[in-house]
Amino acid sequence: MAVSITDQTVEYVAALAKLELSEAEKERTKKDLEEILGYMDTMNELDTEDVEPMSHVNPVKNVFREDVVINGPDRENILSNAPEEQDGCAVVPPTFN
Amino acid sequence: MSKEYEIVIGLEVHVELATKTKIFCGCTTEFGGEPNTHCCPVCSGMPGTLPTLNKKVVEFAAAVGLALGCDITRKCKFDRKNYFYPDLPKAYQISQLYLPICRNGGVTIETKDGGEKFIRLHEIHMEEDAGKLIHDEWTGQSLIDFNRCGVPLIEIVSEPDMRSADEVISYLTNLKSTIEYLGVSDCKMQEGSMRADVNLSVREAGAEEFGTRTEMKNLNSFKAIARAIEAEAARQIDLIEDGGTVRQETRRWDDAKGASYAMRSKEDAQDYRYFPEPDLPPIEISEEFLAEIKSREPEMRAEKKARYIDDYALPEYDADILTGTKALADMFEGAVALGCKPKEVSNWLMVDTLRLMKEDGVDASDLKFTAEQLAALIGLLDAGKINRPTSREVFEAMFREAVDPAAYVEEKGLIMEQDDDALRAVIEQVIADNPKSVADYKGGKKKAIGALVGQTMKAMKGKADPGTVNRMLAELLDE
Amino acid sequence: MTASEIISLSALELGQAIKEGRTTSPEAVDAYLEKIAAEDGRFHSYITVLADEARARAAEVQAKIEAGELTGPLAGVPVALKDNLCTKGLLTTCASKILYNFRPPYTATAVQKLLDAGAVILGKANMDEFAMGSTTETSYFGPTGNPVDPEHVPGGSSGGSAAAVGAYLAPYALGTDTGGSIRQPASYCGVVGMKPTYGAVSRYGLIAYGSSLDQIGPLAHTVSDCAAVLETIAGHDERDSTSAGDPAIDMHYTDALVRDVKGMKIGIPSSYFGEGLDHEVKEAVLAAAEVLRAEGAEIEEFDLPMVDYAIPAYYVIAMAECSSNLSRFDGVKYGYRTERFEDLQDIYKRSRSEGFGTEVKRRLMIGAFVLSSGYYDAYYNKALKVRACIKKAFDEAFAKYDVILAPAAPTTAPKKGESLSDPLKMYLSDIYTVSVNLAGLPGITVPVGQDAKGLPIGMQILGNTFCDKTIIRAAYTYEQAAKERKGGRA
Repeated sequence: MAVSITDQTVEYVAALAKLELSEAEKERTKKDLEEILGYMDTMNELDTEDVEPMSHVNPVKNVFREDVVINGPDRENILSNAPEEQDGCAVVPPTFN
Repeated sequence: MSKEYEIVIGLEVHVELATKTKIFCGCTTEFGGEPNTHCCPVCSGMPGTLPTLNKKVVEFAAAVGLALGCDITRKCKFDRKNYFYPDLPKAYQISQLYLPICRNGGVTIETKDGGEKFIRLHEIHMEEDAGKLIHDEWTGQSLIDFNRCGVPLIEIVSEPDMRSADEVISYLTNLKSTIEYLGVSDCKMQEGSMRADVNLSVREAGAEEFGTRTEMKNLNSFKAIARAIEAEAARQIDLIEDGGTVRQETRRWDDAKGASYAMRSKEDAQDYRYFPEPDLPPIEISEEFLAEIKSREPEMRAEKKARYIDDYALPEYDADILTGTKALADMFEGAVALGCKPKEVSNWLMVDTLRLMKEDGVDASDLKFTAEQLAALIGLLDAGKINRPTSREVFEAMFREAVDPAAYVEEKGLIMEQDDDALRAVIEQVIADNPKSVADYKGGKKKAIGALVGQTMKAMKGKADPGTVNRMLAELLDE
Repeated sequence: MTASEIISLSALELGQAIKEGRTTSPEAVDAYLEKIAAEDGRFHSYITVLADEARARAAEVQAKIEAGELTGPLAGVPVALKDNLCTKGLLTTCASKILYNFRPPYTATAVQKLLDAGAVILGKANMDEFAMGSTTETSYFGPTGNPVDPEHVPGGSSGGSAAAVGAYLAPYALGTDTGGSIRQPASYCGVVGMKPTYGAVSRYGLIAYGSSLDQIGPLAHTVSDCAAVLETIAGHDERDSTSAGDPAIDMHYTDALVRDVKGMKIGIPSSYFGEGLDHEVKEAVLAAAEVLRAEGAEIEEFDLPMVDYAIPAYYVIAMAECSSNLSRFDGVKYGYRTERFEDLQDIYKRSRSEGFGTEVKRRLMIGAFVLSSGYYDAYYNKALKVRACIKKAFDEAFAKYDVILAPAAPTTAPKKGESLSDPLKMYLSDIYTVSVNLAGLPGITVPVGQDAKGLPIGMQILGNTFCDKTIIRAAYTYEQAAKERKGGRA
């Protein structure tokens, strides 16, 4: 399957990745996507019809934690890296309009 | 409206599970608390942290699935749902898309005409809750509180099988009751521990194809849900009647305004790029695990109702109401276990409690008095320490102000006069003061005793048992 | 003991010298700090040097050693940590502008285990930004130079860790390996580097690149050092559900430090030695294989299938996972926030656009694409299926062989500035390393010679899942035999 990469594709992936691209970066991205995705398409030479996708490489399963509270308040530590803080919270511009 | 329309509704219900800790870390799930005091590096999305799954969440989700007749997915997995929002610190929600823990099953509801209808479930999956954004009016900024991040949720997704607001409310009521019975959530809509999103479309009556649906969010009560359904159906029908088309979108209900508006801006492409969560190994649910969960299943509503009728000789109607909410049933059984007569307890709940709940708009799960207090009240009545009218007054105080009945009657001086000599003296005075009534009684008008009882009670300031007064009066008059 | 004597010791030898009182932890730390101050300007192997912290810590550790509270083989020995390992209160940047000021509120499990064993952190080592790269040139803080010739790259992404060890600016280091990021720089810098089986070491506190591929591992001068470090940091961690919890898994790695490969079956995949492999590298690796044969191993060539599909599958999975893992860097909770913003979307987009470098952005976008609606099956899910095929191919190979030998990279270290212009070409150079990560296997690189320019050549020894001890034994045997041949200490 050959993917055709349009300007819209570039804008779409930039929006998904929350990135703002300059015109030059857009051009470059288009070329990268074409080339790299085109290369990734070589996987299609391999017939994987009856293969189960492997999302976890080790046969580990059922790893659980008991329902016991182990953490106490740690606000200072949690917020120590926040670029902006107010009243014990990280702050962002308004999310409601 | 020139044509007949059918409303088609499916529900996505989020239920916060009543575990002690969050789904992926050992932080408390307690509601409230100062902002960001119930969080750790894991649930606040610090780089390098990893989730660890709370076993109880799987047990609770499977218990709900079993109770609703679902197929339990024996090999299930978590997936990441990717999107940016400040209340989601990792910028992905750990949820389940490809292999949810439960599929199929359903909820039987009563329809308006008294019939039954089966609402099918599509799936139930486990996921983590997001945090809360607090809008600061003063600065115009939003503050982020991560306390709710990682509180465990199950999302119960129905098929689009409902056709009216009544069916939706009935579905939700039954779902809520089942979940409360299982003890896996307190299902408080106001506190957000149960939240319903309504997927709604309309189509011409008889049409095969579904119309385009919208998803309605921010519905905080059954009343809001019913109102939102009416409003959204009307909005969609108007659009179609005017030759327009319905857009597939998420809308936010504003209950104060009685209207909804489209939520997301075009900035947010709805492409969540789900993929299997690499940080959590898969879950394999064994036959033994399910048997264990099933064996721990508490008595559910139908069994309980049958038992109330058989063991306590309650009328079916009473048994039905009492078992309708887990909290009421718990109250009933609690008081009966303390030795109260079942019929007496049932009366208190069926009559006084339901009346006050309705008057004050209180949910059964939010009752302030305890089964112990109700039993104490009934005890005071049985011991003849207070009479029935007084007991109603005490109960109101218990219901509204959570007073302790014994302390309350003591404090208010409501305990009945136990001294028979004092009562006899008062009765003798009443007989002396009411010759006409006495003459009537003695002349054969036995009903005239009522006036004398009333006079005695008045003189006693209500602190006498009317039965005792009646008996003593009769003795004295018949002498 | 003089500073140069201290520096000449391996990590275990230094630990022994401290234990025997021939030197002290503060002396050792001073020796390294002075050498870093004098020489790291040429190599730039460190992003952050923790001179004051290290000196204070060394004094504490020394007291505990003298009080008999710390008795392990690494007590008092200094270490360099790759800068994607969280250290509480200490800058942890991932070599990215977006984390230029990040001080984690907690310490990574592997690091904590080293600290508990008496390690002293010298500093945080340079790396490719978020471990994305093969040259350590994508670091926001500038590239690292190869210890043999700083005009050449040290490899990557753990290039700072490898260079620090190679240039004797740390006796050992921790790195991380997602697609070869320990084994390839170890090869380029002439040191030993090991990526353990996926799950052997807890990833808690490793700032994730590709979560299903990442592993922490040691870089050092000797196989013994690597085994000792691995033994210290490995084991189940309740905070990492993918860490190995099976008590049957033998993690006594130092027990495998035995010179014995008699009867060991070693496979050499012919496809790894064909076109594209530099002839000097090829000869050095095959000569090393002969050393093992002389030690009693049975060596044969075999056909390892699926090799051509490893790189595309690897990059699809790594990029998809990183696009999700790196979404949390958004200018809201930690790290860099843009100064030019009106609304929330500006904070997201500009903080990320200004905070991430070119290679990271490229991978975030391709990663978003391969997971996006309509492409998931063709790319991501396909890659997971290819991954299963690759794992199966290795399972079949390990049914016949105890270990597999391979080059670590097609060439020796390229010059700085030659690699970044063509990303695809750079990805292709990971051909010998990525399969191991896809299959979750252990791999160790040992130095086996140098090219005509004197640049180091490394050989990889790959093992089956949780057969880390087997590759340690093979690597140790080679190391001892090679040393003997050179007339060094055996």
